[in-house]
Amino acid sequence: MADKNGFFDLSKSTLSRRTALRGIAAGAGLALAPGFVRYSQAQSSAPIKIGFQSHRTGIGAAYGRWYEKTSAAAVKAINDAGGIGGRKVELVIEDDGTDPARGAEVVGKFAKQHKTDIVFGTLFSHVVIGSAPAAGENKIPYFVVSEGHHVASTKLNRYVFQPGITDVKSQIQSMAPWIAANAGKKVTQIFPDFAFGYDHRDYLPAALKAQGAEVIAQIAIPPTESSFTKYFPQIPAETEVIYHVMVGPAVLTFVKELGEFYGSQRPQLFGFIDSLEAVDINSPGLEFLDGSHFWEGSPRYAQPDDSAAQKAYRAAVGIDDNGAAVGDPKDVSTAAHMFGCWETLYVVKKAMEDAGYKGPEDRAKLVEATEALKEFAEGPEHPQGPKTFNGKIHQCFGIQNISKVEGGKLKVVHKTKIEDGLYEPEGDYTTQAL
Amino acid sequence: MHFGPHLLLAALEGLVTSAVLALTALGLSLVFGVMRIVNVAHGEFFMLGAVLAWAISTAISGHPAIGFVAALVIAPLLVGLVAFLAEWLVLRRLNYNPEGTIVATIGMLYIIQQLALTFYGPEARPVEPPFNYRILLPWFGYSGYKLSVIAASAVLLVITWLVLTRTKIGLIMRATQYDRETAQAFGIPVERVYAGVFAIGAMLAAIAAVLIVPISQAHYLMGQDPLLLSFIVVIIGGLGSLRGTVVAAILIGLSDGIVSVFFSPTLAKIIATLVVAMVLVFRPQGLFGTTPR
Repeated sequence: MADKNGFFDLSKSTLSRRTALRGIAAGAGLALAPGFVRYSQAQSSAPIKIGFQSHRTGIGAAYGRWYEKTSAAAVKAINDAGGIGGRKVELVIEDDGTDPARGAEVVGKFAKQHKTDIVFGTLFSHVVIGSAPAAGENKIPYFVVSEGHHVASTKLNRYVFQPGITDVKSQIQSMAPWIAANAGKKVTQIFPDFAFGYDHRDYLPAALKAQGAEVIAQIAIPPTESSFTKYFPQIPAETEVIYHVMVGPAVLTFVKELGEFYGSQRPQLFGFIDSLEAVDINSPGLEFLDGSHFWEGSPRYAQPDDSAAQKAYRAAVGIDDNGAAVGDPKDVSTAAHMFGCWETLYVVKKAMEDAGYKGPEDRAKLVEATEALKEFAEGPEHPQGPKTFNGKIHQCFGIQNISKVEGGKLKVVHKTKIEDGLYEPEGDYTTQAL
Repeated sequence: MHFGPHLLLAALEGLVTSAVLALTALGLSLVFGVMRIVNVAHGEFFMLGAVLAWAISTAISGHPAIGFVAALVIAPLLVGLVAFLAEWLVLRRLNYNPEGTIVATIGMLYIIQQLALTFYGPEARPVEPPFNYRILLPWFGYSGYKLSVIAASAVLLVITWLVLTRTKIGLIMRATQYDRETAQAFGIPVERVYAGVFAIGAMLAAIAAVLIVPISQAHYLMGQDPLLLSFIVVIIGGLGSLRGTVVAAILIGLSDGIVSVFFSPTLAKIIATLVVAMVLVFRPQGLFGTTPR
């Protein structure tokens, strides 16, 4: 908390000074070195540089690590197959500390200092929202893997894309019928008190109402909270389903305390696996979740009907049948989200090749080529499943999995269809100037 | 839920917060009282205690209680050792200069935090409680372990108080706090007392962390909240006053529990910060503090 206020954060001042020094050095180098021009002429053979805005530290660190692993695996696969338009791909990684202010700085650093071709890889919605204006100002395409509705809301700008993972509004809409039919009609929502939680707060009530169910209470919890029992009295007694979306390290406490509060007489539970990404489902205290249901973007546990593409993807990223790192069963992955990194990089490849992308001067062409994409077929490049893409709102739509916790594993019990999650576009990015 | 049970739940939650806070803040207060050092890295000693508790309890197989008890003994000792080394390597070289030590402890904060991130990782990891007993009240269930945390903390506070007021070590510490130079003139090895106090302060934070870790998991950023709350408690209670620290911890913990159950946790934090501001304006020495001589 002290750090949130930036009160003790000395790194900020050193960082900006260092950035400034590097800026001066880079400027001097640019003025003095005639070699720079020659390099830019020869860039057709230089690698394509993808700036990876990674949550290496801060509350998103567990996600950041797995996003890096997945992206590295995808880049390796792309390079082994000849790269993008014959050029090698190179990831340039910068830590954003899961912090919106730092995120914007990192985007600027990629555009001005590393001179990457695009920026990629952000998960946490507040970082995306904080960084998007910087991407727009620098006119650098910004491919996020965030799950939030902010891209599709068309409230950001023309340079921001989410082509690898479905947004929350669509996820909720496609799963609401299952929740109403199988879990219960009276729903209490518990969600984190920031952007990602607000997507759930804003879109679940309408989606459930359309199915004859209703949200009877909404409980917002500050993202830094470490103890939850004090919120449980707000859950109405007639609640049939607790719909929980929590992010951050305290989620184990949340589940444990919910278990202590209710014991065996609990309402049905439906949650977003976001809460338990990178957490072993068999951790002490999580027994309470047995029999409850979760959304999963891509299943953590290998399923009997996994496609060959899914199996190849899991092997390439290095996760075993339980969704943990091969060789370290305790190192559980963020499987439900990180597939989005893999798929986004293949979308970037496709769009760059369609645009005949040569270098940063073609960024506008890349934006238009991405907007022209319509659908992605299931296969090695899109192992999670088929998707459609709406170029007007820069958002893809795919299938969702509902999984049940059974015998210490997550078993997929329902898959939604793409059509279930389609909604009327709220705007049109393509009308904005490039 | 009706008002009565609701209030009971709020009070229980508040007492758990108070119990952990009192131990953590006591460590901070002790270090400030005796050494006149503001230890910004205090929260990281707390975090280190929790992380070590995880490491120790996972290394020991068998009943979870064995691992937990081992952690309760070993983790604070290790944290005390780290603090002892930090005192010897850093604070002593700065001659305990107030400004210098603040900057130095900020540095320690970052070093400890990043080392934890490097070697322990970004995940939140659980420690199994020594026993899982759910107390079933007519209106809701409550963790038996949480109640035992309150009891354990109370016992530890009493022990600390006895050590400080009834033993020779306590006498030496109080003498050093009262007047460093006179104490030295009477042959008290002030530097050794300082090293000891800094280690004990860190150990108190580590003990609090081991107690709380079966409730809230070990995570490399978990030291930030306790640090802020400890500062609030120490300022309200009076810098260096142990009685004030304990009273303020109970006050802040209970008000935090009750306000956040009935209204919102954000309001509870606002109130706590407002109380600090008011105390600083109207009673700068804190509720139980004495004006510096």
